[in-house]
Amino acid sequence: MTPKRRQRLTIALIIVLGTSLIVGLVMYALKQNINLFYSTTQIVNGEAPKDARIRVGGMVLKGTLERDSNSLHISFWITDTAQKIKVEYTGILPDLFREGQGIIAQGKLDANGVFQADEVLAKHDENYMPPEVSESMKKAQNPQQVPK
Amino acid sequence: MKITMPRWFYQLASPKWCYDILGMLSPWLGLAALILLSVGVVWGLVFAPPDYQQGNSYRIIYIHVPSAILAQSCFMLMAVAGAIGMIWKMKVAHIVAKSAAPIGASMTIIALSTGAIWGKPTWGAWWVWDARLTSMLILFFLYIGIIALYSAFENKASGDQAAAILSLVGIVNIPIIKYSVEWWNTLHQPASFTLTKKPAMPPEMWLPLLVMVLGYYCFFAFVLIGRTRIELLEREQKSGWVSAIINEAR
Repeated sequence: MTPKRRQRLTIALIIVLGTSLIVGLVMYALKQNINLFYSTTQIVNGEAPKDARIRVGGMVLKGTLERDSNSLHISFWITDTAQKIKVEYTGILPDLFREGQGIIAQGKLDANGVFQADEVLAKHDENYMPPEVSESMKKAQNPQQVPK
Repeated sequence: MKITMPRWFYQLASPKWCYDILGMLSPWLGLAALILLSVGVVWGLVFAPPDYQQGNSYRIIYIHVPSAILAQSCFMLMAVAGAIGMIWKMKVAHIVAKSAAPIGASMTIIALSTGAIWGKPTWGAWWVWDARLTSMLILFFLYIGIIALYSAFENKASGDQAAAILSLVGIVNIPIIKYSVEWWNTLHQPASFTLTKKPAMPPEMWLPLLVMVLGYYCFFAFVLIGRTRIELLEREQKSGWVSAIINEAR
């Protein structure tokens, strides 16, 4: 490499490393703002702002889903396995919403610590499997409950 | 410190040599792309089993995932070619980078739009400002900026230089896209398909995806070669070897 080329290589490296450093610092400063949602533990610990529209994410606790028979009003508990909070919502749920599924709700915390959601999104995980595989996995887990 | 580059590296700098070599590779890559993509599309969209939760809508990953992978690979190729062009003043490297930019931008559009189409039924929203989606949108804007820079200068060499610098700056975005789903809470799920880990799906689902990814790479190379050869002819139109090709064709 000629000295001229080495000099240009240094300039290229400085550009890449310099921007990485700047972007890295900016992202570190904005760490909490980049997160799309608060976990239930953060909300219970009071880390989320009160009286502001926030998002909360977690798993719908099995057996907590209650539907109102006369309206679209529903309530359920979500958890990140450490802490849980109650969510109330009126509206149409995405297809993937079910107990045990991860969801993200947008809304406000009310005075009683209940999360009043105005939007519920289903969070999908990275696992895909054919229905037969999922059936046989369920059977293997609880052999008593096999439907006849 | 003395670094010597291998002979083929300097041969790459010869526009005529590149034009000929690429012309030889082109039909094979085109054929491979045609076979892989047709096998992959039919296998993925018709024969692969449906998902236990999403049913058939998950099949969009056979388009979405390869486009997203290519959008990022293409940017890395562009940044490396831009750096080589900048350091060694190699015209051919700039030509490759310039030819790659619109292909990468198209791949990004495909990834963003298929993602939105899938997001509506699965998440319940077309678009969410989470880290993965936003960084992918930034990638698209970087592509647009680079394409604009190439044609923003009267002098082609200045345009090449400016675009190379922007692609070096933009390369920082690539690890952010890749790790966004691990560093932050996002709505987008983590990768189902990586080189290092066991895929999070059975072989009858990931094999067609692999075929599609390979097909996309061949298709990308095929289109890139075509665009590069045209750009080579255009920029070298005053040189002897191009006149020789034209006279031969007459």
